[in-house]
Parts: sequence; structure tokens; C-alpha cells
Amino acid sequence: MAISTKKTTAKPTNGSPKLKFNTGWEYAPAPESKGHIQLKDRYDLFIGGKFVKPSSGNYFDTINPATEEKIAEIAEANTADVDKAVKSARNAYEKWWKKMAPKERAKYIFRISRLIQERARELSVIESMDGGKAIRESRDIDIPLAANHFFYYAGWADKLEYAFPNRVPQSLGVAGQIIPWNFPLLMAAWKIAPALATGNTVVLKPAETTPLTALKLAEIIQESGLPEGVVNIITGFGNTGADLVYHNDVDKIAFTGSTEVGKIIQRAVAGTNKKVTLELGGKAANIIFDDAPLDQAVEGVINGIFFNQGHVCCAGSRLFVQESVYNKVLRKLKDRIETLIVGDPLDKNTDVGAINSKSQLETINKYIGIGKSEGAEMFQSSCPIPKKGFFCRPTLFTNVSQSHRIAQEEIFGPVLAIQTFRTDEEVIEKANNTPYGLSAGVWTDKGSKIFNLTTKMRAGVVWANTYNKFDPTSPFGGYKESGFGREGGVHGLGAYLKY
Amino acid sequence: MLKFNLYDIFLNIIETIFKSQNPPSAIRKYAISFTMEKTISKNKSFSTNGTSEKKAPSKRIEVLKTYKIYIGGQFPRTESGRYYIAKNSKGEQLANVCLSSRKDFRDAVVAARSASKGWAARAAFNRGQILYRIAEMLEGRKVQFIEELMQQDASKAQAQKEVSLSIDRLVYYAGWCDKYQQLFGTVNPVASSHFNFSVPEPTGVVAAIAPQDNSLLGLVSIIAPIIAGGNVCIILASESKPLCSVTFAEVINSSDTPGGVVNILTGKPSELAPHFSSHMDVNAIISTLEDKKLNKEMQEKGADNVKRVLIYDSINWFSAAGESPYFIMDTQEIKTTWHPIENIGGGGAKY
Repeated sequence: MAISTKKTTAKPTNGSPKLKFNTGWEYAPAPESKGHIQLKDRYDLFIGGKFVKPSSGNYFDTINPATEEKIAEIAEANTADVDKAVKSARNAYEKWWKKMAPKERAKYIFRISRLIQERARELSVIESMDGGKAIRESRDIDIPLAANHFFYYAGWADKLEYAFPNRVPQSLGVAGQIIPWNFPLLMAAWKIAPALATGNTVVLKPAETTPLTALKLAEIIQESGLPEGVVNIITGFGNTGADLVYHNDVDKIAFTGSTEVGKIIQRAVAGTNKKVTLELGGKAANIIFDDAPLDQAVEGVINGIFFNQGHVCCAGSRLFVQESVYNKVLRKLKDRIETLIVGDPLDKNTDVGAINSKSQLETINKYIGIGKSEGAEMFQSSCPIPKKGFFCRPTLFTNVSQSHRIAQEEIFGPVLAIQTFRTDEEVIEKANNTPYGLSAGVWTDKGSKIFNLTTKMRAGVVWANTYNKFDPTSPFGGYKESGFGREGGVHGLGAYLKY
Repeated sequence: MLKFNLYDIFLNIIETIFKSQNPPSAIRKYAISFTMEKTISKNKSFSTNGTSEKKAPSKRIEVLKTYKIYIGGQFPRTESGRYYIAKNSKGEQLANVCLSSRKDFRDAVVAARSASKGWAARAAFNRGQILYRIAEMLEGRKVQFIEELMQQDASKAQAQKEVSLSIDRLVYYAGWCDKYQQLFGTVNPVASSHFNFSVPEPTGVVAAIAPQDNSLLGLVSIIAPIIAGGNVCIILASESKPLCSVTFAEVINSSDTPGGVVNILTGKPSELAPHFSSHMDVNAIISTLEDKKLNKEMQEKGADNVKRVLIYDSINWFSAAGESPYFIMDTQEIKTTWHPIENIGGGGAKY
């Protein structure tokens, strides 16, 4: 699909140059080829090292949210299937995985990492097709980070005693893992890699709208020769996840998703010996001070909220701008939003891809409606959006107050709520005035101010003069209602060990 | 000359201390034996409405302590006006103890939350000094605690051991205050051009139910790692053996610990635990109860605001397993901070 964005520099107004968008370049379509990818029409459950038919006999469709076309049929696991998967994981744990020398365990995980790298292009294309994210992001961020995550944790397998001073860490057993649809393969890697490195076996449930890369990972796992049953991947809806959470023979639940479901899981495991880690929602504050490098800050804000269509739990969805630079920042933001290319996720020029599902688009539109009806002022990019598929224009709201729902609740879409502030104390109060505490961003050129702010943000990840950066060595996770436990780094090991 | 003078002064001071120390400790010993004697008569006076005074006349009427709760650095009575009677195993009455209410707990959370920012912002070194100061204060009042433990059925040897261990445990955690961060914090070698580090930070307000046995050591073993890590706490004392907890509040109160950092309530776990768990301004809860049903309820209610729920149901506080920096880490969050590194040689700022 042809998306045109035109820009040129017009005459300076108010003494500074301004971008003009009515003349200039047009971007020719530059779609990534789908020719080389291998997809089956139907995917079964990956249990005990084999793809097996679901005992439910049910299959559901996974569609491409950019075209609304069906890609494949996916098996729906019922209670019996979940039980089978857990038994398979338990068997693998007792029979070989627990006893395997850590050095050997590591080698399998290294292999998986390498195989992901070898098939990176295929995985990127499938990720963009199934989930709607721009190929630039799946190619440059999701898939490489997933491979790196396996590589990083592989190396930990035979070094665990160094991670817990004065303790002898032990694996837990069977880990039940439930992941969301926003970073399908990357979240699978965040879950599986540390679980395997610490000697646990896994039953993973991907999200119903984005199961494909997890099932491709199942193929890679087969290819790696990992003993059968060490990783089991079962697809389905919320019920399948619930069966996994309630299963008596699961020792650990790792969940990434909404705070609402996280609370249900926390209640469900009460009174059991299951260890739990939760990575839940967020409503991050991104704060721009008047001494910040404004152009970089604006880039960071754009990346903070429009990265992955805003389907990011750590998205910088609340922007706080110091009053003295508010007008300037707002103008720069609006100009920059106008240049974002919204459209075909497989096009290499696309900045903002498709919204993951129809229901998510409805949620986002509902919040846009709430924002308007609560009295906030909306600005949207004037960009064209494809007629078919689920798309949302990059959106920002001004005249937002703390009590507005768009400033309180997680929207999980490309919608930014902008507020202003005068003093450091004021913005610290406002930024922390949320039940969430996953991430925050600070933009200023003054070092001492950076540390004042970063230490006072009640959030697990704080980006100063940058935003939305991830790395396998860097722990990720929330304060307060954004969950507990960390993924990534040495801290990520603790979630899967007794020590 | 100057040196000589200072030395003289020093000697004088030492001499004064020695001279003045004998009489007070003698008085103290006397006072203790006197108090212990009186405790028995106090028990009698409970049952006979003071008629025992006639049977065993003493030189002076003892001043009995009112066992109150400790909230925000003050010693109020429970707002509910309720009480329960603490007894020893023989059924002898020891004291009227506050039966704290949900409102007391809510007041304590407000006090704790307002103390939280300041306590977390204290230098770790300063927190260490204050924990050490608590140990000093406890050491100075050792005999009083031994006596209280003995009133609550401990043998003398047991009581001595528990008090000594409690003091040592405070010193142990005093030392950890400025060290666990180095052990559990990291600098992370990210693959991009960023400086990235992770440090533990306090989770905030912790509500805890102290062990029912080991009423002093258990209490100290729960409080010390919480506050060493910069958290503030509300702790419910042992229901059956509450005396030491109130006296320990006096120790805390005289040790430069800011008001609100430690709040101590007395009352029933079965009544208060659900409120501990459902309060929306509490970040973490600790249960040392063996009651599986109540623990489960705490875990369930704790989910209302995704609390960190910790169950310490089978820890021997007398053993080495009763102390470790991992107890501190239980109420810590890991914060990771990123900042770009300007790579001039490599071609410009990577913002």
C-alpha cells in the first residue's frame, strides 16, 4: 500500500524553522518479501517434543491484523491438554533435565539462540504478519533481542552458585508461563531462557492473537535436539491459561499481561507453594525539563509512546513538560507526529503498524472517546490509514488533568496524555501519583537533576535521556501494581530458583 | 602541656563514670529483685482487688506500667478502648494489653507512609548507626527484657539467650545497611551505548505479623531487615506474649529512630491480618503465622494492590537461618537506570 509523506523546510516562523508537510517526497512502497517464510495451514500443540492434536478437537484462526486475512489455524488446548503438557514437563524434569550437567544444559540453550539468529528474517516477517508490528521493529528489536536473551541466559546455566552469595540455588520444577501479544517471541524468550538455564522445564502459553512465532520456536526447539518435554507450548485463550495457573503440579507461574489478570493469578495461587512473578501494566511518566535537549527529547517521547503502536507495558503514555518549554515541545511533537508513517507492517518505511486486534482497537477508540468527553483536547496525525485492517492514528491529548481517565488508566495504544509542571517536586508528585510503577523517563541536561529524578521515580526501569531500551543483561520489572520479580540480568535468575 | 591536660580530663571522666556507675547498677539490681517480687504481688492484686497490699506491705507502692501501642513515635492507647489480658501459662494475669483495631492500623499506616520518604532518603550509613543505636539501647535494658520474658514463661537461661541474640541480630543488620546494595546491585553490560545499573530500593510500607513464640527475638528479626532496607513497618506483636514488644517500642523510641518508621500494635492476628492484607497503601505484608487458612486469606487479599506477600512460617529465629541479607532483599525492589554514553570517537551522541 502506498503511503505518502511529504516534507520540506519552509520559511522560519517566530525565528525558528518549521517543517511543512504539503510538498516534497513520497515514499515508494518497500515491503519485506513473504516469499521465503514457511508456514503451515494448521498448528497443533507442542507437547513432549511433538506436535499433537488437541483433545478438544478445536482450532481457532490467527489473522493478520493489517489485512484481516486468516494466516493459520491454531489448536485450542483444553484442561486435558494442559494436564498432558504439565505431565510431559514433569516427566522431562525428573527424567533428564534435573540431572543434566549444567554445562550441557547450557549448550542446548546456546543452540536455540543460534537457530533463532539463523532464522531471524523468517521470524521477523511472521512476527509482523501475526501481530501487526512494523518490520523495522521486529527485525531490529524483537528477534535479535530474543536470540540474545537465550544466549545471555545459556551462559548462566553453569554459574548459578555465583549469583546467590552464600547459597546453593536449586531449580523449582515445572514452570507455567503465560505471555502477551505485544512482543510474542521476545516474551517467549524472556520466559523460557531463564527457566531452562536454571534447570526448570516449561509449559508456555502464547497469546491467542499471536501464537505463530512461539510455534516456530517450537520447531526450532525440535531442531535443537532439546530433550522432549523440556519445553511444551500450548495455545489457547484465557481458559487455557487459567488451567495452567490452577494445575497442581506446576511449581512456578510467570505471567506478563494486564494488572487485572495479574491480580486474578495472584489470588489463584494463594495457599499453594507456587512461586509467582508478575510483569503487569504501566502508565509511565516521561518528563521533559526546560534544559533538556528538546529535539532528542521529542524523539524519545515519540519512541516512548508510538513504539510498537503503543502496545508496550512500559510505554511513556504520560508526558510531563515543564511550562517554560511547553509550547515549543508541543509544536515539535505535532510536527514529528505528522511525519510518522502508519500502515503496512511489512513495509520497511512504516513507523507505526497495525493495532494487534479488533478488540484492542475498540479499547483504544473507547479511550480516545473518553479523553474527548472528559474535556481534553485531541490532536491526531493527518496521515492516511489503510481502509482494511486495524489501524489507529498517532494521537495526543492536551489540557489533561491528573484525574482524567486517559492519565490514569493504561490504554495500550498510540495515545499520549500531556500535562505540564513548574517545579521538580510537583512533577515527582504527579509522576508517582499512579498505582503503576513499571517505568519512567527523564529528559534534562543536568546530571544532578537526573539522579534526583531517577531515584525518586517509583518505577522499576528509569530511562534518562533515552527511552524504551531493552537488553538481556538489564533487569526489567515493576514496582507497586506493575507486578513483582525481575526479568533479565542476574536478578532474573531468582524467579526460577529456590535459594 | 595540652596533651597532659587532656589526659587528666580523660582520667577524671573515667573516674567519674566508674564512681557513678556502681551506685546505679546496685540500685538497678535492687530494683529488679524488688520488681520481680512485686510482679507476683501484682498478680495477686489483680485477682484480689488490691487486698494483697495488706498481706504483704512494702516500702513503697510500685508504679506499674501501662502497656500501650506505638504509632508515629507516640504511645497512644488503642482508639477502640478495648483490651485483653495477657497471661502466663499458669493463667496468671500479667497486664491489660491494647486490643488494637482496624482504625489503629490505618492510623499506623498513615504514620508509616509519612515517615517513609525521609527514612528511605537517609544515608545507608545513618540507618546503620540508628540500628546500632537500637542495639545499644536494648543492651542497656537487657534485664528488663529478661524479666519480661521470664514473666511470659521463659526460663532464665532461655530469656538471657533470647535477649543477647536479639541485640546481636540488631548489630548484624546494622552492619548490612550500607552493604547489601553492593552485593545485590549491578552494573549491567548492555550491548548498546548506554550506562546501565540496577540498585535495590525499599518497597515502602511493610505490615508484618510477628512470630508468636520468641516474642522478642522474632519481633527484632522481622523489624531489623525491614528498616535496614529503608522500609517502614507496622508490626503486630505476639498475641500471647506481648510485653516485650511494647517495651521494645520504648527502646526504639529512645534510639533516634524517626517516629513512624516502626509502629507496633498489640492485638489479634485473626482480626487484623485481613486488614493488613487489604489496605491499599501497604506495599508488602509478612506473615509468620502457621495458620494456613489465614495465610491464604492474606495472600488473596494482598492481590488487591499486588502486594509482595511473604510467608515466614517455618523459620527458626534462633538458628543461623534466622538472619541473612536475603531477608532485607525480600522487601526490596530492583530499579534499573539507563543513560546514553556519548561515544565521541564512534560518532556522536546516541540519544
